[in-house]
Amino acid sequence: MNAPFDADRHWRLHERVALRPEPFGALAYHYDNRRLTFLRSPDLVALVESLSDQPSARAAFDAAGLAPGRWPAFEKALGSLAAGDFLVMEDAA
Amino acid sequence: MTALTDQLALGLNSPICLTWEWTYACDLQCVHCLSSSGRRDPMELTTDEMKSIVDQLAEMQVFYVNIGGGEPMLRPDFFEVVEYCVERGVGVKFSTNGGRINSENARRLAAMDYVDIQISLDGVDPETNDAIRGDGSYSRVRTAMDHLRAAGFGPFKLSVVMTRENISQVDAYHALAAEYGAELRLTRFRPSGRGIDTWHDLHPTSAQQIELYNWLLAHPDVLTGDSFFHLSALGEPLPGLNLCGAGRVVCLIDPVGDVYACPFVLHDHFKAGSVRDDGGFARVWRSSDLFTELREPSNPGACGSCGSYDACGGGCMAAKFFTGLPLDAPDPECVFGHGETALAELEASGGAVRPSVSHDHSKPITHPNGVGKRRIPLSIVDR
Repeated sequence: MNAPFDADRHWRLHERVALRPEPFGALAYHYDNRRLTFLRSPDLVALVESLSDQPSARAAFDAAGLAPGRWPAFEKALGSLAAGDFLVMEDAA
Repeated sequence: MTALTDQLALGLNSPICLTWEWTYACDLQCVHCLSSSGRRDPMELTTDEMKSIVDQLAEMQVFYVNIGGGEPMLRPDFFEVVEYCVERGVGVKFSTNGGRINSENARRLAAMDYVDIQISLDGVDPETNDAIRGDGSYSRVRTAMDHLRAAGFGPFKLSVVMTRENISQVDAYHALAAEYGAELRLTRFRPSGRGIDTWHDLHPTSAQQIELYNWLLAHPDVLTGDSFFHLSALGEPLPGLNLCGAGRVVCLIDPVGDVYACPFVLHDHFKAGSVRDDGGFARVWRSSDLFTELREPSNPGACGSCGSYDACGGGCMAAKFFTGLPLDAPDPECVFGHGETALAELEASGGAVRPSVSHDHSKPITHPNGVGKRRIPLSIVDR
């Protein structure tokens, strides 16, 4: 079981994941586990791409200008990406 | 349909699932072959043309291709082009009858990163399998599986087309796959290619389909290539996108470079263009008239009054087309029997004209299967 997504940690896209822009958002492909998944909105794509530049996922929500009411939905989406190993946590160092 | 599938139906910048058949040559003559393969086509793509397509796919971020045929390993440049795909970041899943997987080739494949193998088997015993795939093919495929295991290839996929004769063996396939550390993949038998003539006798009965649906729900580890979405009308949707992806998320490139809407519609009616045309594959995918049309909202037609249309979307376009049904008719295997009724009405009105194969590559030979020395259905050889 994966731990629940921790939005206070620093996350980034796995280095073996490629994003392909699509009208609905993006298609993400993981070259290691060969999973394919959908990023179902352009906002989610922009958020995922900004994660590595922000100290935490929550900071990325804020920086992306997402209304706080939408944060739980994005947290859930990031959680499922993390569960599929599409996102990895940066070392806490 | 979900918001996502609504959007997928409108089309994508690049296909999600691209099937690319490398040759029409095949040393088997399976009675359900969707591409009517057998003899190589003299116009098949050259090695340089193949590599140029790989370059185009890499550019379009097609993350992997499903290689088929014919028997792709019969191409003399098979390994060269596979290696080129991997080098360009285009993963390879290839379907094979296993005939060319000897110990040396198994070791070579096992050493390659980013290559998946789907090995075809259509019965858990020689009798069941060889009736479909030809005499001796069962022992040959088991030998190939042994070589893959001995070479440490890892979890290859064991792929079975569900027919009336073999569908009762699903538990045995599951066990066989597990024995080899393989994944099981079950796919739907479409009335395409040589299946135009054999489907009517060999497709699963409606009772068998319902059993399969329940079995699939109980075995979510089993892969289906999304091929049984018509069964989702029974209630709980099967895992997958549950939509006809023809020209929307899937398409097929055939061995001569022609592009078709899906792997099961190798027919001039569904040919969108050729990779040999100006603009190459990207132009066919993004702007061919056929694909543009397929991405328009579909008309539920005869299914409009059925409460399950949202679940099954009217089923499989290829299954309708090759059984002679209009494309807005119910799927011939509609779980509520609407397809059977439509087929019976068509028959009764004398209008059951089934399309023939546009480009048949079958070998005009006697099927090596002992059962009555059944001949390859020659009625579909139209040139």
